[in-house]
Order: sequence, then C-alpha cells, then structure tokens
Amino acid sequence: MNRPTRWTTFAAPSRFFGLAAALNPWLWAVAGLLTVAGLYVGFFVAPTDATQSEAYRIIFIHVPAAWMSMLLYLALAFWAGLGWILNVRMASTLARAIAPTGALFTFIALWTGAFWGKPTWGTWWAWDARMTSELILLFLYLGYIALVTSIDDMVRGDKAGALLAIVGSVNVPIIYFSVRWWNTLHQGATVSLTAAPKMAQTMLLAMLLMTFAFWAYAFAVVFTRAQALALERDRDADWVRQLSQASREPR
Amino acid sequence: MNWGSLSEFVAMKGYGLYVWGSYGVTAALMLLEPWLARRHRQAALRDAATTSAEDPT
Repeated sequence: MNRPTRWTTFAAPSRFFGLAAALNPWLWAVAGLLTVAGLYVGFFVAPTDATQSEAYRIIFIHVPAAWMSMLLYLALAFWAGLGWILNVRMASTLARAIAPTGALFTFIALWTGAFWGKPTWGTWWAWDARMTSELILLFLYLGYIALVTSIDDMVRGDKAGALLAIVGSVNVPIIYFSVRWWNTLHQGATVSLTAAPKMAQTMLLAMLLMTFAFWAYAFAVVFTRAQALALERDRDADWVRQLSQASREPR
Repeated sequence: MNWGSLSEFVAMKGYGLYVWGSYGVTAALMLLEPWLARRHRQAALRDAATTSAEDPT
C-alpha cells in the first residue's frame, strides 16, 4: 500500500471506504460539538427579537437546513455528472448516497418554515415562489431516488439519475433568487456575500455554527451510506470479502 | 441570559409549540437518519460475509 495518493486515489471504492472510516469519528465529533455550541448561543446568548419575539429562533435550523438542501443537490448533480462523464462508479455511488440526506434537509427546511410561517404570517403554507421551488426540490430528490433504485442495471440507473440530477439543478438558482425575482411572502436574504448581514452578531454566530454542524453531519451520514452502497455494489470484490471476513473474526 | 426559569424556557413567550415543533422534528430526524445509515452499512457487511462464506473461492 505504498502507492502515491493522487486525486483519483479515492475513486477506488476500497480506498474511499478506508478514508470514510478514518474521517467519520471526527466528523461526528465536530457535528456534535458545533451543535451544542450553536444551540447554546442560539438559545442563551442571542437576544429576543424585537419584532418576532422568540419565534425567530427557528432561523437557527431553518436557514442552515435550506442552505444544505441546495448545496447537497448541487453536490449530487456534480458527482452524478462526474460519474457519468468519467465512468467512475464511486462518484455515482456518492451521488446516490447524498440523495436521502438532501431530501431530509429539504423536508426540514419546509417543515420548520411552516412552523415559522404560522405564528409570523398566519399561515403554514403559501404557494409563493420560494416555497414552491423548495417543494419542487424535494420532489427532485424523491424522483432521483425512485429512478435510480427502480433500475436494476446499476450503470444505467447511474446514467438516468445523472441526467435527472443535472437537468433538475436548474431549480437551485431559481430557489436562491426567487425572493429577488418575484414578490414573495417569504422574506429576502438575511445574509449575503455582498452586503453586511441584517442581524445581530450573536444571531449570525448561532446560525453559522448550526450551518457548519449540519455540514459535518451531512458529510458523516453521507459517508456512512456511501460505505454501505459501496459494500453492496462490490459484494464479490476481494476488498469486501477481506473486510467482511475481518468483521466476523473474534476479536 | 434570556430565561428566568425552565417553564419560561419551555413556553418561549407563547411560541413554544412552533419553536419546539421545529426543533423536535429536526432532532428526531437527524438522530434517525444516522441510525438507519449505520444499520444499512452493518447489513451490507453481513450480507457480504454470508456471500463469501457460501462461495469460498
């Protein structure tokens, strides 16, 4: 195992499996610590909002979940596309592994949005551009999962999924800019890269801590699922055989 | 410090249902998903082990 590490090294499922196994304990630790810190700042340091009272505290999970839902979709489309173009099955496996976590964060964004909309706007749901396009994102994730799992030939499933993912990625900028392009019930961006954030420093800190916590969480859970999918896909390969035999030996 | 007591914390100035309804469901799902993913990985490893036991080539 003295081969040099290149950017293609972890395209080998066995090497990817080892990398994920080495990183995962750290990712879980980071996710846990950042969550504790984010919730502490969010509930005990950040002040009560002048107009929304305590209801605004939903922002600390709502915005990070919404960001992750879009980011993970782009990551899914990227890896699915790369797997298709370069014929790298680990990239396609990674895309498959991202989908359920992306769908989860999309659902969380919609759910917490409903629970935030009810006390502040008086409605759980409205068919405005931001909410509708986020709902479409959920359907894109579910459609991708249904498509790739319904095709028995893995490689054909990967290709069909990649096509859906790439075409669907048009929806991500629509979600992001919807509050600017249309008159929406949903408020505009609170944080942007070009302007000073329109919120108190401690509120912003809590939101960023939760964002990085969700990020670490997403990496860890996607790696775990990618390991499972790689094992299933390569069940007859030597590296899986060695791994499964090692796991059966008494310690 | 924003809260004088535990009951004030739970009440969230009348927004308790909305705040805890959001955080509760999020926490439940984000505990459930890693548990399912780990179970998936264990099952995959076990399946691979039975396959290789049946076919020791």
